[in-house]
Amino acid sequence: MTLTSGNGTHRTFFGTGLPDVDLASLKGKLIVVEGPDSSGRSTQIRIMRDWLERNGYPSAQTGLKRSKLVGQKLQDVMRGYSLGPLTFSLYYATDLADQIENVIIPALRADFVVLADRYIYTPIARDVVRGVDIEWITGIFGFAIVPDVVVYLDVEPEVLAERVLGSTHYLDYWESGMDIHRNPDMYGSFVSYQKLIREEFTAMAGDRGFHMIDGDRPVNDVADTIKETIRPIVEMP
Amino acid sequence: MGIGDANEEMPGKLITVEGLDGSGKSTQIDLVKRWLELEGYKVFFTSWNSSPLVESATKAAKKRQLLSPTTFALIHGTDFADRYERQIIPLLRAGFLVLSDRYIYTAYARDTVRGCDPEWIRHMYSFARAPDMAMWFRIPVEVSFARAVGRTPNLKYYEAGMDVGFSRNPVKSYRIFQTKIHEAYERMSHEFPFQIIDATKPAGEQQQQFRKLIQDRLDLSQYVRGKSGRE
Repeated sequence: MTLTSGNGTHRTFFGTGLPDVDLASLKGKLIVVEGPDSSGRSTQIRIMRDWLERNGYPSAQTGLKRSKLVGQKLQDVMRGYSLGPLTFSLYYATDLADQIENVIIPALRADFVVLADRYIYTPIARDVVRGVDIEWITGIFGFAIVPDVVVYLDVEPEVLAERVLGSTHYLDYWESGMDIHRNPDMYGSFVSYQKLIREEFTAMAGDRGFHMIDGDRPVNDVADTIKETIRPIVEMP
Repeated sequence: MGIGDANEEMPGKLITVEGLDGSGKSTQIDLVKRWLELEGYKVFFTSWNSSPLVESATKAAKKRQLLSPTTFALIHGTDFADRYERQIIPLLRAGFLVLSDRYIYTAYARDTVRGCDPEWIRHMYSFARAPDMAMWFRIPVEVSFARAVGRTPNLKYYEAGMDVGFSRNPVKSYRIFQTKIHEAYERMSHEFPFQIIDATKPAGEQQQQFRKLIQDRLDLSQYVRGKSGRE
């Protein structure tokens, strides 16, 4: 199974897909921005949305834990630190499936550009780091639509830690892998966990045609690189 | 580590019941649970769609009719995974008799009737071990249907399978839905080693049969409470 098409020729699902969906009618584009927290994803997505709209391309946005169905519940549950890895995987899958059916598909049908703030790849990387079988989790995500392009904002874990601590002054429990490391040194845990995630992404990027973009640069430079990546996908002159 | 291999030997035993709404399976497994507890065995009971982390989301979603066949399958899979990881497996490792009111076969039947890909559903539950005893309370649809509708005359949207669009009439839809689920159980009974109990027989008789099957197949002395040292 390949994890991105990148060629934009025709739309496919990763696996068996969703019942009763006519893929040929989905004319819009699905653009995924992946990267760890504080890598600049939301800033870049905001810039892309404004840029697309200025040029006359309507857009819609999605992101993890934003479904009407379970988004809020999943956020609440994660505050309790009690999800096992399989439950974690399926909860994220439920959240994403709801958004694919209710946000992404309708937007693609209306010829919108969908900007997804993370997609199946973050859950896959997190699950694999937690010992979940990659064949199992990728098979679950067989209902997902293959995106037109995946951009990964790459930032060194130490730089990330500095950015996170500089803005929020604390490290997130899950983003520090505290559930697997059980390391009282939260900084050390954060850095080693983010390294593991980054390794998973680097492996995926190779096989699956991600655009790895150096996120440790000024905001506008990163934005220019992303625009050049997206421009041919949305067929902007 | 973790939930282990689906085929790993574990000291506890897993006993599951399946059957249509109104087949009496819940009553029967409840009686078995009470019997085993009174006899002093280590027993744990779990039922479908009861995870504290998921259940309230499922309930709200059903009420607002937000579920598609795919998200219906996934949210129930999430609920199952939580109970499996946090309860079923640890308790089997601790040598408990785990009684489960509905198991993966419920998902195999319902989700495929709803139109999900059967292989995808099986893949989702591929981490789940086969039960040591899987009981099927077999009953003609007409009989269970009359019991279930008599008990809850106001059928709920998903319960009646209204989301699949069999009929706009809830009772008609429910009948068609239950018939298709019955057919799915029937097919699965050739594939999986179900112990079949005739659910049209008197309740007491079914219970005797259920208990006898347990006594014949399991050495209950291994599951006495406090046997592993601490009490």
